Amino acid sequence: MTPALTRVRRPGITRVRRPGRSLTLTALTGIVLVYSLVPLIWLLVNATKSQQGLFSSFGLWFADDFALWDNVVETLRYDDGIFLRWLGNTLLYVLAGAGGATLLATLGGYGLAKFDFVGRRAVFAIVIGAVAVPGTALAVPTFLMFSRLGLTNTPWAVIIPSLITPFGLYLMWVFAAEAIPDELLEAARCDGASELRTLFQICLPLLAPGIVTVLLFSMVATWNNYFLPLIMLKDPDWYPLTLGLDAWNAQAATAGGQPVFHLVITGSLLTILPLLAAFLLLQRYWQSGLAAGGVKE
Amino acid sequence: MLTAPQARPRRLPRRRSLAGWQFVAPFMLVFALVFIAPIGYAIHLSLYRRQLIGGNSFVGLDNYQRALTDPQFWSALGRVAVFLAVQVPIMLFLALLVALAIDSGRLYGRSFFRVAIFLPYAVPAVVATLMWGFMYGTRFGLVGNINDALGVTLPDPLHPDLVLLSIGNIVTWEFVGYNMVIFYSALRVVPTSLYEAAEVDGAGQLRVIRAIKLPAIRGALVIATIFSIIGSFQLFNEPSILQHLAPNAITTYFTPNLYAYSLSFSGQQYNYSATVAIVMGLVTMAVAYLVQLRGIREEGR
Amino acid sequence: MNGTTVRAVAVAAAATLALAGCGSGDDPTDSAGDEQVSAADVQAALEAGGELTVWAWEPTLAEVVTGFQAAYPNVTVELVNAGTGDDQYTALQNAIAAGDGLPDVAQIEYYALPQFALAGSVTDLTGYGAGDLADTFTPGPWSSVNTGGGVHGLPMDSGPMALFYNQEVFDEHGIDVPATWDEYVDAARELHRADPQVYITNDVGDAGFTTSLIWQSGGQPFQVDGTEVTIDFTDDGSARFADTWQQLISEDLLAPVSSWSDQWYQGLADGTIASLATGAWMPANLISGVADGAGKWRVAPLPQWDAGGTASAENGGSSLAVPSAAANKALAYGFIEYANAGDGVQIRVDGGAFPATTAQLQSPEFLGTEFAYFGGQQANEIFAESAGNVVDGWSYLPFQVYANSVFNDTVGQAYVSDTPLTEALNAWRDTCVSYGTDQGFTVS
Repeated sequence: MTPALTRVRRPGITRVRRPGRSLTLTALTGIVLVYSLVPLIWLLVNATKSQQGLFSSFGLWFADDFALWDNVVETLRYDDGIFLRWLGNTLLYVLAGAGGATLLATLGGYGLAKFDFVGRRAVFAIVIGAVAVPGTALAVPTFLMFSRLGLTNTPWAVIIPSLITPFGLYLMWVFAAEAIPDELLEAARCDGASELRTLFQICLPLLAPGIVTVLLFSMVATWNNYFLPLIMLKDPDWYPLTLGLDAWNAQAATAGGQPVFHLVITGSLLTILPLLAAFLLLQRYWQSGLAAGGVKE
Repeated sequence: MLTAPQARPRRLPRRRSLAGWQFVAPFMLVFALVFIAPIGYAIHLSLYRRQLIGGNSFVGLDNYQRALTDPQFWSALGRVAVFLAVQVPIMLFLALLVALAIDSGRLYGRSFFRVAIFLPYAVPAVVATLMWGFMYGTRFGLVGNINDALGVTLPDPLHPDLVLLSIGNIVTWEFVGYNMVIFYSALRVVPTSLYEAAEVDGAGQLRVIRAIKLPAIRGALVIATIFSIIGSFQLFNEPSILQHLAPNAITTYFTPNLYAYSLSFSGQQYNYSATVAIVMGLVTMAVAYLVQLRGIREEGR
Repeated sequence: MNGTTVRAVAVAAAATLALAGCGSGDDPTDSAGDEQVSAADVQAALEAGGELTVWAWEPTLAEVVTGFQAAYPNVTVELVNAGTGDDQYTALQNAIAAGDGLPDVAQIEYYALPQFALAGSVTDLTGYGAGDLADTFTPGPWSSVNTGGGVHGLPMDSGPMALFYNQEVFDEHGIDVPATWDEYVDAARELHRADPQVYITNDVGDAGFTTSLIWQSGGQPFQVDGTEVTIDFTDDGSARFADTWQQLISEDLLAPVSSWSDQWYQGLADGTIASLATGAWMPANLISGVADGAGKWRVAPLPQWDAGGTASAENGGSSLAVPSAAANKALAYGFIEYANAGDGVQIRVDGGAFPATTAQLQSPEFLGTEFAYFGGQQANEIFAESAGNVVDGWSYLPFQVYANSVFNDTVGQAYVSDTPLTEALNAWRDTCVSYGTDQGFTVS
């Protein structure tokens, strides 16, 4: 466990005197913890049940049969293994979409932070303003536009809209303003480096925590993207996991359809595992990235 | 920390040129395609009317007039306003409490708390709503199980009177960790010199919180509030997915976004749907701007 | 004809079709009622081959596609599940609006077909020979596709209604199978009194169910004449339904569970939902989704409004239609003819679907099928008889998809508040009237 001193992230920052640990506070915060974890535990426990077990057992405890392995296998195999295809699609959308979004946000944030140019104030106001318009009603105009361009029912219809993250733009803007000293830029310009080179070779390492943060948050957003793919994609071969799970859930609601609730639950579990893993492994980066810069004292 | 950079005192003059545009241009180009163009098209659509019998015709501001006198639209708007007024403060308050608790250094297993409470953010809204939907079932869901086990009759979370609260619960569950992490990160950059000074003054924990921590994260609070407000006004995913479980409680005009969606996709009324969207966008922008104004004014710097 | 001539004809047909395919993307609303395509042309198209995209959620079509591709090796069919019901109609409407991405064949339920037909979005198949198929299909489905002066699709399956009930639960509480709806209400009371956990059925407001029951009762709330529409829920048939059903609502005799939800499946499995009045396609769902009920359920004729009557109605069922802007219509027609009037029918019946063809419904083999799930009962006899007794004269609104989407907003409120059903039905009427007027219809 963490020692009495704060975990030292930057040398020299320590608390002078630490009050003792409080069980009461831990217990109270523990309530929020339980609240956060109960549905996830529910998901885990119910993924071990067969469909019949689902219908006949207590929600938060196991059924008589332990079918986790069977469920996982069936999830991966059902309908000619379309789950794996959906997983592949999601990875494609995430890597291309989130990767591209991070790139655009980094470039944009850097530009907003370090340059003064005509229209600078307006840019962010416009971005926030446009985001305020409900996406669902923009869906039809976007869909009509994209189909004129012949993009619907292709991965592009999902990737291109994912390239815009206003929150990412904001984060990079703030982060770049804090983390890159103007002196560094002046020095680079004196040395004759081009602006692009300055960014990629000099500033990038400084921006790294912010970039990883934006990347992770965009990955979550694209991984969980639901509504836009719903209207853009008609071919189940191109569905991301969220759409696929929803389709499996809706399958029960049709004449002659076969309910597969146990696969929906197991599939949901499999869907969230990669994200959880990514966040757990990359904790260090995104937490410091969110801190948006360092202490300049 | 998450304050708008204008607030920082130290500022070297930059080159006023067009160099900045080469960095901002890629973002803005895609943005124009993905947002500006559809909004423009939506405005265009809102000025017309296409009928099943009669085709397309220009109707000027008729659609806007209809929206402003439409009881279903106002009912939806009222509902998200109530949702906003209740859920956002509760969620942010909870997130703040947890962030302060973790930052206080008085918890056992602090990093475990931080990560575990954040996890729900990584769950897609579809999955979260499906899970909570299963759990809300009064006959076979968790609510039903508790009823059987304890011999009580808990109220049905999907009853029309309670469904908004139940959805608020799902949204809070999804985002409290995310906001908590934003606040916590802002707290982490508070200079220790401030704490040292407070100690010298003999200030207690509560005083420290009020005088040092809260002002320090005001910027983060404002941004979190703005994004939460935008999110609340655009509430769609959760009611949409729960709708088939509670079709009488969640009407097709439950939230403005859901209303716009039903207009488009069930009724083929694309023009009116675009109008509703534009009006909602204006309302949201107005509220977000007000919040930002207030937030910046209180920063006082 | 020697081989060369045959091949020449085939090539010519293919070339014509290819050219037609190039051009047809540009006229979305030409419903092609004037095209005369003979059976020979269709056959030629099938021989020539090509690619077809079929949007359907009906599971048994997968095997039909296999059979079809085996019979006509030059044709490749891509079967896509683009959503069920409303989801797919949305996709279709979007594709029509965009003028792009339309399939060649689409599954459209009977209640939604008039909407697409009126908009000219689906091809009139009379010119392809569908006009001769009146006797191939049972009256209910045939009248549903033969609307607006044309044949807009071929019936795929049908849903003549029957009463599915859990014999074990009925026996346990000493309930007799109700023969009239009044007896049904009494049975509901008895059952719920004997065990408050058990309900005779579930209902939270279902547009399809309500309209089907009004249909059976002889009500004709929707009258359509071109673009003139009348909506009236005060006629005798509708009022009779509302009065009877109101008793069930007011006395809390209906399980507050949404159909097709996981709770619904559980309720059917453990006996707390004791019966279902629904279409003949239900056995497949019971068999696959309610395994615990095997052997416990039985089928009975639908309860009657008049003692000794035999009236019935259709509930659900879909057709296969060809969108007007589809590229390869003759080939598409060839497919749906195979699937719905040719060899495909038996393939689907073997897969558990309930047909719409008179041939199947009159075949002794079909009628004699013993359902193990229903304890060996020959349920098809009841279904077939129900199909023959469907009440005449019913029509759906030309915007029924929309109407159904707002059903729960209006009628649904009667289930969760004190609003009487008749008032709620009128609220539905009002919403539909304002929508219809807004869309350019003359509604009264």
